[in-house]
Amino acid sequence: MCQVGEDYAEPASEEPPPRQPGREQKCVKCKEGLPVVVIRAGDAFCRDCFKAFYIHKFRAVLGKNRLIFPGEKVLLAWSGGPSSSSMVWQVLEGLSRESAKRLRFVPGIVCIDEGAACGLSPEARAKALAEMKLILQTVGFPWHVVALEEVFDLPPSVLRCFAQEPVGTEGAYKAAVDSFLQQQHVLGAEGAGDSPSLAQGEEQLSWPCTQDPQNPQSPDRPPTAAQTEALSRLFDSVKTLTAKEELLQALRTHLILHVARTHGYSKVMTGDSCTRLAIKLMTSLALGRGAFLAWDTGFSDERHGDVVVVRPMREHTLKEVAFYNHLFAVPSVFTPALDTKAPEKASIHRLMEAFMLRLQDQFPSTVSTVYRTSEKLVKAPRDGCAAGPPGPRCLLCMCALDIDTAGAALLSQGGPPSPRHRAAVLRLPCEHEGLALPGPPAALHLGRGPAPQPEGLHRAADPGVPG
Amino acid sequence: MPAPQCATCHKARAALRRPRSGRALCGACFCAAFEAEVLHTVVAGRLLPPGAVVAVGASGGKDSTVLAHVLQVLAPRLGISLRLVAVDEGIGGYRDAALAAVRRQAARWELPLTVVAYADLFGGWTMDAVARSTAGSGRSRACCTFCGVLRRRALEEGARLVGATHIVTGHNADDMAETVLMNFLRGDAARLARGGGLGSPGEGGALPRCRPLQLASQKEVVLYAHFRRLDYFSEECVYAPEAFRGHARHLLKLLEAARPSAVLDLVHSAERLALAPAARPPAPGACSRCGALASRALCQACALLDGLNRGRPRLAIGKGRRGLDEAGPPRDGEPERAPAPDAVPAF
Repeated sequence: MCQVGEDYAEPASEEPPPRQPGREQKCVKCKEGLPVVVIRAGDAFCRDCFKAFYIHKFRAVLGKNRLIFPGEKVLLAWSGGPSSSSMVWQVLEGLSRESAKRLRFVPGIVCIDEGAACGLSPEARAKALAEMKLILQTVGFPWHVVALEEVFDLPPSVLRCFAQEPVGTEGAYKAAVDSFLQQQHVLGAEGAGDSPSLAQGEEQLSWPCTQDPQNPQSPDRPPTAAQTEALSRLFDSVKTLTAKEELLQALRTHLILHVARTHGYSKVMTGDSCTRLAIKLMTSLALGRGAFLAWDTGFSDERHGDVVVVRPMREHTLKEVAFYNHLFAVPSVFTPALDTKAPEKASIHRLMEAFMLRLQDQFPSTVSTVYRTSEKLVKAPRDGCAAGPPGPRCLLCMCALDIDTAGAALLSQGGPPSPRHRAAVLRLPCEHEGLALPGPPAALHLGRGPAPQPEGLHRAADPGVPG
Repeated sequence: MPAPQCATCHKARAALRRPRSGRALCGACFCAAFEAEVLHTVVAGRLLPPGAVVAVGASGGKDSTVLAHVLQVLAPRLGISLRLVAVDEGIGGYRDAALAAVRRQAARWELPLTVVAYADLFGGWTMDAVARSTAGSGRSRACCTFCGVLRRRALEEGARLVGATHIVTGHNADDMAETVLMNFLRGDAARLARGGGLGSPGEGGALPRCRPLQLASQKEVVLYAHFRRLDYFSEECVYAPEAFRGHARHLLKLLEAARPSAVLDLVHSAERLALAPAARPPAPGACSRCGALASRALCQACALLDGLNRGRPRLAIGKGRRGLDEAGPPRDGEPERAPAPDAVPAF
């Protein structure tokens, strides 16, 4: 594959030299154990080294980004699928370690029942729900099961972006950790271990289910038939599967954030794996969301203001997740999704997924290449306008609108060439007044013809519109 | 059910529906609309100022044929004069036939034609020779990598020969969308950072380049050529099947079928990518050998030729570019100088 950084100097072989698995081969890490899984291109790991590698990656991603403060309440978004199940399991294990390396936040789990949108029968939904509750009870964190129909009950305030809390600086993080450790030390010395968030108890069962014995969102109260009907009608009114997927994602996000806000969680963790994120990146590109890729696929997503969405599984490929779940018996629940059994050409998402996985077969570095590129994306400075007012935001995805700059890229061609202009173009609409170029006003839809064609411009900001 | 009336002139029967807006237009009105849109792109972006001598990269293919025709139609209004520049890469069985088409077109339009050949410019290295040199060892021949860089060099040379002030190429919206997809799949952050916009304004002494057809979809280009009865060469380059762009192209066709606006959405996305400053290409200087625009000591064309001449054709491809006279340390993901190479000459 003509990859940019690929080293052609060696007479390399694309495939690793054929090896006999089993007897002659040893784990590449410890050189002793019998390998059970091959990761990347030919690295064979034994069971223990694989486990260590997997867990280390999870901790490293969290530790590197330093966003989760000790004692913070974190909501885990669990869909039942392998990646999020693995994430929940990692958190479970991480909390039970010896105190030096223990994860230090307070988790809760939220699970959204999307059966109505996917057209499941009430019996199928009840069955899936029962399986999920079984697992949730085993895990033992406070849990919330919310039906997607509740999205109709959301207050309009969810569409407003709350003021952003100041992001902790390096010093703030270290100070927080130090003070937390001191507190723990003091508590340990006093022998008091009753505060739930500083629980010294090692066993899972001592984990306070007392924190949230009844779930106010009450799964015991299934959504009314009218609500289910309304939701089905909503999704049926959307013509294409692509738009349905986008709508579902938007609604799901809003619902999860609402749960987080209501119960005082300041962070949400989602289980997007490396493979999924690479596919999501390419899909977003094809949908016109190039301006927001950093938020959609980066580690942290703060566009909602007070609640930050975090993606700790972003360096684990689906293969690693699958093998880990298999080897270490991580429970998960399968529920049919919107595009289960849909033909490959039904939606942009399905197309991209099939394409990426097929390409990955042929060029094993595809997913990691796309992922590495996504790491180089930055969030265009939202408040570079201390000078100007923040631009209008999209109702559904809460990102700053990028429509007004439709003409600006073309506008800037006529001006003096400079990399600053290009950077200026990529910023928010509020900044393009700074491109003081005489000539046609920005409202003219440049290059799209004398008669402005509105549909091409609306798509970018409103993925829910039937495409 | 008879075809609807043309939505513009309301007189003739509609002959087609425009791929994006769905408006039904007759042939004449469609061509007029197409030309008006290209004019708009050029004028609004101030791409070709009056008095410009414009070198049109002509390959004989549909895009460059349509481009040359439209520019000829618009030339009086824009106040520009045109020269055709064709590049002969030395691909047997393909380029010779295409050049014949270009010669016919030049005669038909009465435009001066200059042909520049790789063999003359690059010391006897035709694409066939390059392919022979890089073949073997089980890896891809990377022909498009060489061809793309060298062609842009050749185009620049040809343009200077005819005294041009601007270079235009016939890249259409589909090409741009494929390029974005390709750059992401290859991890070419530098090109992504540089891409978008309508061409380059001509940094460091290189001639300004632009792509007036950039916002026209491929279908419309083909339809225009059909309605104006233009004669073009439509076969694929011999080396095209090996190119990575083929994957991106295939994907784009699927995406377009699922969602017709996908092409424009990709171009829209590309214009708005925000990449880290570290990923952006360094400010360009001049090549120490030929004086052309280069971001390192040697421009990519010279570097590639160097490798070929030394018998190590892949010397200049990939990380580090070892073995060359390098001033700086090898950096990650080095970009090539020219924009993403195409599988088929797009002009």
